[in-house]
Order: sequence, then C-alpha cells, then structure tokens
Amino acid sequence: MLDFRVDTSSGLAPYAQVVQQVKQALRLGWLQPGDKLPTVHEVAASVAINPNTVQKAYKELELAGLVVGRPGAGTFVARSLSQSTPASLALLSRRLERWIAAARAAGLDDDGIMDVVQATMRRAQAQDIA
Amino acid sequence: MSTAVTTAAVETAGAGHRYGDFWALRECTLALPAGSVTAVVGPNGAGKTTLLNLLVGLLPSSEGSLKVAGEQPSTEPDFLARVGFVAQDCPLYKEFSVADLLRFGQAMNPNWDGELARDRLLAAEVPLDRRAGRLSGGQRAQVALALALAKRPQVLLLDEPLASLDPLARRDFLKTLLGSAAATGMTVVMSSHLVGDLARVCDHLVVIRDGRVRLAGELDQILSEHVLVSGAPDQTARLPGDVQVLSETHHERHTTLLVRTPRPLLNPALTTAPVDLEELVLAYLERPR
Repeated sequence: MLDFRVDTSSGLAPYAQVVQQVKQALRLGWLQPGDKLPTVHEVAASVAINPNTVQKAYKELELAGLVVGRPGAGTFVARSLSQSTPASLALLSRRLERWIAAARAAGLDDDGIMDVVQATMRRAQAQDIA
Repeated sequence: MSTAVTTAAVETAGAGHRYGDFWALRECTLALPAGSVTAVVGPNGAGKTTLLNLLVGLLPSSEGSLKVAGEQPSTEPDFLARVGFVAQDCPLYKEFSVADLLRFGQAMNPNWDGELARDRLLAAEVPLDRRAGRLSGGQRAQVALALALAKRPQVLLLDEPLASLDPLARRDFLKTLLGSAAATGMTVVMSSHLVGDLARVCDHLVVIRDGRVRLAGELDQILSEHVLVSGAPDQTARLPGDVQVLSETHHERHTTLLVRTPRPLLNPALTTAPVDLEELVLAYLERPR
C-alpha cells in the first residue's frame, strides 16, 4: 500500500501533500491504470492520517481525471502519468547516479547539487521559450 | 467537507465560563462541521479543558450558548448518549479488570457496542483480564478510547489524550481514533499541547490562550492564508492594509515577517515562503492580544 506522509513543516495543505504523493507514484509507474487506491478508512486506520484529508485528496485527483471512484468498490487509477517506459526511467536514473557521483567528487553537497539542477532547468526552459 | 453548507456538530456563540471572578474561557465562538476532526491547542491553563467540559455538559456556561450534536449540553441521558468523552489522563476504576469495565459500560449505556470495544482492545493487544491499575499508559488510553467509542457517539471529545503517551503508543491511539472516525463519520474534538502530529490528524484547528480563542478555522484555509515574507525593511514596511503582521524578525539587511493575508502577495521585491504549522501556532500563542 502507498505509504502516505504528511509533513507538518512543508506549509503545504495536508490534502495537497497526499495529491502530490499519488501523482509522484503515477509518474514513477508505481501506480498503474486499474490499480486500487487504499480506502480512506484503510489509510486512517493504518497510517493515522485524517480521513477528511484523504477524501479531499481523492476528490481532487478525481477532478483531475487521474482516478475514478466507483461507489461501493473503491477508488481506481484511471490514467498513468508515467512519461516514459520503466526501462528508460531506469536508464535515466543510472545516468543521473553517475552524474551525482561526479558532482560529489567535485565537492558539491546535496544543496549544491539541487542548485545546479534547478539553475540548469531554468536555463533550459528559457532557451525553449526563446 | 468542501460543500458550502455543512451542519455544525459543535457550535458555540460567545460561550464562556467563570470561576468566581476569574474567566477561564470568554467569548468563545466556534462552528465545527459534522465529521470534522478538530484540535484545540494551547498551553496548560489556556482554557482547553474548560471548553471541553462546557461541551460535554460537565460545566454550566456563564455566558453565550453552546450546541453539541444538535442539543444544549446537559446531564440528560439523551444528550450523554450522543457524546463520548475521554478525560485527561484517561481515568479508569483501578480495581476493575478491562472485562469488568466493558460489562459496566454495557449496563450503563443503551446503544453499547460491546463487540466493537472488545475487538478493538484485542487488536490493540490489551489483556482483558488485567486490572486497569496495572495497565501501561498506552493500554489505559486504548481502553478509555474503546469505552468511549462503544457508545457510538456522534461527537467524541478528548482532553489531552496524547500527552502521556510515548510516540509508538501515540501513533497506535491515533490509528484507532482516525480509523473509527473514518468508519462512523463521527465528529472529533481533541485538545493537545503537542503540535507535532496535528497536520496529519486534524482538519480544523482552534488555538486558545488566556481563555480566548486566538485562531480558529479549517486547517487548509489557515495554512494558505499564512506566509513568511522576507525583504528589505522599506519593502516589508509597505504591505497592503489588509495584511496582518503576526511576528517580525529584523536582520542586518532584511526583515522577515509572518503574516496573515487574504490573497497571495505579488510584490516581486519580497520573497515568500510557506510557514511551518508549529511556527504558526507558536506565533499566535506568543502574541499579546
């Protein structure tokens, strides 16, 4: 089952955190179309998250067309967000691991690495727009 | 929860209680929708227990009015059947075994669901033949909760249920509590001086200090309205008039403010960051009225 987390210090509304976690699972292919999401009751009773928070998150995911609620049956994944095949995702993360190792060898810490990634993504986006 | 018209399961209008000439709680106005889980937060002596005792009918109100599960709190059996209460430190009759307590509850309550209570306690691995005085803190809390839940209350009130529990027992307690809330749709109001777990537990928040409600509302709304703003002092000094500054920290070249704002701040000279719930609650508690 998905292990939902709610982080007090994120400043993000708890339901939005659950939405993000489901979307991430969809992008990474952990959840596939047809998969059943845990029920609100299961989440509340197994990881102690407010049932209204989970309900609100599922409603938002349903509005976005990512899941469908079938009364009496549960909530099911309707659409994948995976942008690639599992094989190419695995290849990309292997290359990234090598890059991260090179960045560490060059003396960057985690924050330094994230700064480079974000700055590079912004530059790439700016070039796309131009 | 997001529907505009929700019936309030707990409603107070200017409610308060006075001990002699000391007001333990004043002008308390709240509306908590049916099915919501509310945390009442504040330091010791803030008025949390007074509020809960007013809601459950243990104290008369000295001003204003209250409605819980559609009725004015009282000691009438009709009202008491609809409301569950777990008092501070989960008091239980020490000489009674857990099974005795279950039988006692059965005899005292018309809608008693003894099977539910027994199943829950077995799931929580509480030995039914043990005397209450010999239970661990976590087990005692589970028994008090199971007894309150067996009444199948519409509204469940809990006074500092987590205070004396270790992190593991706390998580087990919350699983039972929130699992039951999900299964029954009951309304939960619990007081706490711990802020750590609140974001995952509650959807409504009430912050009390010195007998006054300082902040009350839906958690999502509260989080979206509060933000940390940083910038040069001449910029932070010029916020729109409807932005309320809760706290400010001055640094050598910049100032950081915690503000409550009805809409996003668009000034590009300011950087904004989300605020940690714990920080937010502390800001309201530290603030002079």
